[in-house]
Amino acid sequence: MARMLKLRIWRGDSNDGALQDVQVEVNEGEVVLDVIHRVQATQMGDLAVRWNCKAGKCGSCSMEINGKPRLACMTQVAAYGEEETITVTPLRAFPVIKDLVTDVSFNYKKAMEIPAYAHPDELAPGEARMEQIDVERSQEFRKCIECFLCQDTCHVIRDHEENKKSFAGPRFFIRIAELDMHPLDTLRNRKKTAQEEHGLGMCNITKCCTEVCPEHIRITDNAIIPMKERVVDIKYDPARWLGSKIRKREGIV
Amino acid sequence: MSELERHSYDVLVIGAGGAGLRAAVEAREAGLRVAIICKSLFGKAHTVMAEGGAAASMGNVNDNDNWMVHFRDTMRGGKFLNHFRMAELHAKEAPDRIWELETWGALFDRTKEGKISQRNFGGHEYPRLAHVGDRTGLELIRTMQQKIVALQQKDGKQYASMESNVKVFAELTITDILKENGKVSGAYGYWRESGAEVLFEAPTVIIATGGVGKTFKITSNSWEGTGDGHALALKAGANLVDMEFLQFHPTGMVWPPSVRGILVTESVRGEGGVLTNTAGERFMFKYIPDVFKEIYADNEAEADRWYIDQDNNRRPPELLPRDEVARAINSEVKAGRGTEHGGVFLDVSKRLSAEVIKKRLPSMWHQFYELAGVDITKEPMEVGPTCHYVMGGVEVEPDTAAAIGVPGLFAAGEVAGGMHGSNRLGGNSLTDLLVFGRRAGIGAAQYFKSNGKNPVSEAAIKAAAAKIQAPFDREGGENSYALHAELQEVAHNLVGIIRTATELEDAIAKIAEIRKRSANVSVSGGRKFNPGFHLAFDLDNMLLVAESTAKSAILREESRGGHTREDFPGMNNKWRQKNHISSFDGVQVNVREQALPALPKELFDLFDVHELEKYMTQEEIAKGGTN
Repeated sequence: MARMLKLRIWRGDSNDGALQDVQVEVNEGEVVLDVIHRVQATQMGDLAVRWNCKAGKCGSCSMEINGKPRLACMTQVAAYGEEETITVTPLRAFPVIKDLVTDVSFNYKKAMEIPAYAHPDELAPGEARMEQIDVERSQEFRKCIECFLCQDTCHVIRDHEENKKSFAGPRFFIRIAELDMHPLDTLRNRKKTAQEEHGLGMCNITKCCTEVCPEHIRITDNAIIPMKERVVDIKYDPARWLGSKIRKREGIV
Repeated sequence: MSELERHSYDVLVIGAGGAGLRAAVEAREAGLRVAIICKSLFGKAHTVMAEGGAAASMGNVNDNDNWMVHFRDTMRGGKFLNHFRMAELHAKEAPDRIWELETWGALFDRTKEGKISQRNFGGHEYPRLAHVGDRTGLELIRTMQQKIVALQQKDGKQYASMESNVKVFAELTITDILKENGKVSGAYGYWRESGAEVLFEAPTVIIATGGVGKTFKITSNSWEGTGDGHALALKAGANLVDMEFLQFHPTGMVWPPSVRGILVTESVRGEGGVLTNTAGERFMFKYIPDVFKEIYADNEAEADRWYIDQDNNRRPPELLPRDEVARAINSEVKAGRGTEHGGVFLDVSKRLSAEVIKKRLPSMWHQFYELAGVDITKEPMEVGPTCHYVMGGVEVEPDTAAAIGVPGLFAAGEVAGGMHGSNRLGGNSLTDLLVFGRRAGIGAAQYFKSNGKNPVSEAAIKAAAAKIQAPFDREGGENSYALHAELQEVAHNLVGIIRTATELEDAIAKIAEIRKRSANVSVSGGRKFNPGFHLAFDLDNMLLVAESTAKSAILREESRGGHTREDFPGMNNKWRQKNHISSFDGVQVNVREQALPALPKELFDLFDVHELEKYMTQEEIAKGGTN
């Protein structure tokens, strides 16, 4: 049954902005993105919002709903009380462009700083043989839809603009972990550069990133902590350090 | 007014889905400077929605598979209206394109021997789809996105900046392809963020903009699927081929209303899901067409045995090509055997354990659990047809992907026509975009090397700029959201899954009327990230596409693949020899007939002549293919 929903939307740009209250119809089963679209079509034709697939697969409609980083397409209106006002605001860690749209170019710059996958020269196309169990570790991280909610929620950059320069963020720690655990990647020292160049050491394992991940990737437990542990091992254990130089498929303990 | 932002590149790729990125990689590796335009953020293109897999006859699971079997399946799926050369190139080159992705870091699911695993899919004789759970499209797009970054890092070591030779322009819409002296000279558009206009000078343009689903009310496509490339090509003087063929994917979500249309992957059926009506009947056995009777099981016992022993049993009819399954579901619902929400049941919970379902169909589990409150490991899904894919598209030279009639213009992926004939098989689109994306990159590089630059004139810039400003200068005109909703209603009701001459006539008149009103769209607010303004341009594209579809559909007096005429229910072998070519004269879309290129002898001979008799006329059979 249709009812009226109280929605509070942040509207503005990099100069100025404020929350605006609207009343909008909501129907059974609708998600927050549905009601935002209804507002757009009927009350605010120029309301800016990013979205694409509307099925939780592309990671475009990231925003903060009642202060929590979420995908608007995967957030049921019914999850909130009937009398509750739902407040939607842009991602806080990134500069606002307009309304609910932020400038997420930080993430694309960081992506360019992570050295690419390096395929073994001697392995021609079609010759690769890998065990399912070995590819699954990296596959968990390749589920990432780049919604950047983990980046948004991370304390290191959420309220510390100055840290952005030296900190790649959880999304890119799982990218490094994915390559590090890739059964075929030939590039050495990924963990070391994660620590020295991408700010792995600044993470203090509060697991906020894992909590907001819509793909339920265990960012902290399966990527960050194992890399941190190995970085320590490599630094202080000469035998392990040597081992990592000899065998590529060191994996992660 | 501030100065116009100008860029100069060797090749401009419009679209950053699978086809566009694959084309960009190839063009860069051929030494060209490449600009990639994406309408949304980099890596969000609709390719991420492809779930099931990429079809390539690697023979990893059944070594009887090879390109000839794949070619035959593709032609059968398209009811022999495919451009034979595209289907041939696709079948031959698909395995190399998949293996190549592995060298760029892709991680597909594996067989026990450690090779790339392959799964069953509708219309494919053998397990053929390379996959990563049910998120194969994401793997493809991410792999190519990261390959682009790898190329940029390589350039960064050699040149001043990482972006010196490949640059991604995200959230930018192209509104015009520009020409000088009859050849492509560049493109014009606007930044979605600021609304500021941009000129690209580039003598080669590759269109890779994907589909048109947003023309319809119920669709699996995102907002981007507005037929931009189809319309840009038409306006630039290129042709569209066979725009009447639209694929309604048989299984979209139907409940709740807000998720209506969202795709439910065919892998659910590939993994053993069965379709039933509200009477509990597994109805697909009633809908096996004569041409497929020899390869599909006509009883449940045999269909079930097939999942264990594929060599000695015929396939279950749930795995018929998509057009057959979509029509069957439509008929069941019309006959009153559908659910209260207008769907049928799809159940995989009885064949697989909860653990296996969550492993093989993770995003389906997630999607139904979070959006519909349904646990697919315990209960059936409710599904119904959704507009998914357009087989029609830009008419191209198969080998180079060059658009016919416009020197310097290329098209690849869903926006190109011909490859899939009247119906696409699942899994063929991911390899289509790899095979022809690469070929478009090579084609563009060759063209560039022999043609060089082609400067844009000031007159062309002025005309393109005036178009963008126009909706802001009008006041109190039509609302683009409302017109879009009207168009979707017309397309859905009158040009949808089942068509008749009267409805199509009605549709053509209504589309023309909406198009007239759309010339008077006005936009509220400023230029900065203004979706109402963006939609005004997307709407214009969708209207041209819908006109082309309706006008092609009314001419084709038969039912074939993604075109079903209630007033001409059967397939007619005479119509198989005809393509419909749409062109644009500046005022309206005109459609004419053109002969379908005939199968050459070596491909003709790949088929049993008795099978061809079902599709071809006696004269064609007597000729036995061309030389």
